[in-house]
Amino acid sequence: MEFRIDATGREPIFRQIVQQVREGVARGLLVPHEQLPSSRELARTLVINPNTVVHAYSELERHGILYSRAGLGVFVAEPKAELTKSARRRRVLEILDRFLTEAVHQGFSEEEVLRLVSERSGHFQWSSASPGA
Amino acid sequence: MVDAIVTNRLTKFFGSQCAVNNLDLRVPVGSVYGFLGRNGAGKSTTIRMLLGMTRPNYGHAELLGHDIGELPPEVRGRIAFLAEGHPLVTWMTVAEAIAFHKAFHPAHWNQNLLDRILEHFELPSGKKIRRLSFGQRAQMALALAVAPDPDLVILDDPTAGLDTVARREFLLSLIQLIQRNGRTIFFSSHIMSDVQRVADRVGILVDGVLRVDCPTADFMDSVRKVVLDFSGQPPPFPGCEGLVSAREVGRRMELVIVNFGDLQREVIESLAPVAWNVLAMNLEDACIEYTRGPKGLFPVGGDELSHAGRAAHD
Repeated sequence: MEFRIDATGREPIFRQIVQQVREGVARGLLVPHEQLPSSRELARTLVINPNTVVHAYSELERHGILYSRAGLGVFVAEPKAELTKSARRRRVLEILDRFLTEAVHQGFSEEEVLRLVSERSGHFQWSSASPGA
Repeated sequence: MVDAIVTNRLTKFFGSQCAVNNLDLRVPVGSVYGFLGRNGAGKSTTIRMLLGMTRPNYGHAELLGHDIGELPPEVRGRIAFLAEGHPLVTWMTVAEAIAFHKAFHPAHWNQNLLDRILEHFELPSGKKIRRLSFGQRAQMALALAVAPDPDLVILDDPTAGLDTVARREFLLSLIQLIQRNGRTIFFSSHIMSDVQRVADRVGILVDGVLRVDCPTADFMDSVRKVVLDFSGQPPPFPGCEGLVSAREVGRRMELVIVNFGDLQREVIESLAPVAWNVLAMNLEDACIEYTRGPKGLFPVGGDELSHAGRAAHD
C-alpha cells in the first residue's frame, strides 16, 4: 500500500497516517499479519519525522489495528470489534447522518446517493458479522 | 525527561525595544523543535542569546544542562549551529573546508557520517565552495555542523532561499541522517509545510513573547475556525473564552477559537445562526491567525499541554 501525506493539510500528519492505515485495512489493501514499513523507512519515503510515524503506529496499536513484535516490526492485527454493538451502531449512524446532510446540501437525489453507496461499497472488505443490526 | 534547552525569563532589550520578553522555553532531548514567528518576533535574537553571541538583559538559559554563561569547552563541542544563509569560507575546496573544520574537533569527528552525507548530496570534494550552488552550500554547512557528532543542533532558518527540491533534500537529510536517538534539533523557520513535516514540537513567538509551546499536533488540534451563517447581518459577537479573532464577511461570521468546547458552543448557539461549522486548520493558517490575533491572550501549551504531549510521545 502506498502512503501519502499532505504537509499543508488540516489534519496533523500522525492522524493522516492513522486514517490511511485504517482505510487500507477496511479496503483490504492491508491484510492481517501483513508487515508495515518500519518507522524510519516510512519517514524517509514521506520525508517526515520518524517520531511521527512511531506516534501513529502506537495509536493504531492502542486501538488493536496493528500489533508489534519486538525486533521484527509492526503488523496488521486480526480484525476485532473495539466497541459494544450499540456503540458501534451509534458511531456509524453519526457519520452516516453527516454524510447524508452533505449529500442533501449538494443537491443529490436519494436514488443517486443510494447508487453511489452501493458502487463504492464494492471497494471495501466486509466482515460477515452484523453489529447492531 | 531532560531538556536540551531551558530558558528562564530570558529577556533582551535593544534600547527601549523589548526583543525577547520573559522567554520560558523547554526543548526536550530528542525532539525536533520548530521555532516560529514573524520577522522581528525575536527568533534570531533568542538563538543569538543561546549561543552567547549577545547577552540577555535578564533571565538565564541552559544548554545540555549547563548555564550558557559558563559552558565548558567539551559541552560547547556537543552543540552545532547553522547560521542563516550558511556562511562558509568560500575560497576553500570542499575537502579543504572539511580538513579545516576537523582540526577544531580532534576528539569528536564522525568521518563515517560525514562521508555518508557528502555521498548522499554528491558534493564534489575538489570543488571550490564559491562554485557550489546555494543549495549545495546549505548541504555543505549541514555536513560540517554534524560531523563532530553534536547532541544539539541549532539552525537559524536553514531552508530559507532554497528551491523546492533542495528544501526537500535538506529536510530529508535532517531527519534521516542528522536525527538520531538523543539528538535534539532546534530550528527556526517561516516555511510552515517544512515545520508540519518534521517538527514534533512547535514554539511560536509573537512580539518577543512565547505564545505557543506544545506538540505540533496539539497546536493544530487546539485552534479551530468556526463559521456561522446568518439569514441577515450577523449580530455582534459577545466574545468567549479562547477567542483569537472574529470577522464578518457579509452574512457570515468567522471566528478563530483556541480550545473549542461546550462553553464556546453555547455562546454560538445563543446567537441562533442558520448553520454553523467547526473547521480544522493547517499549521500555516493556524499560525497566521494566531500570530495576528489579539496579543496577550490564550497561550497554547504551557505546563498541562506539554506534559500531556510528552507523555504521549514517551
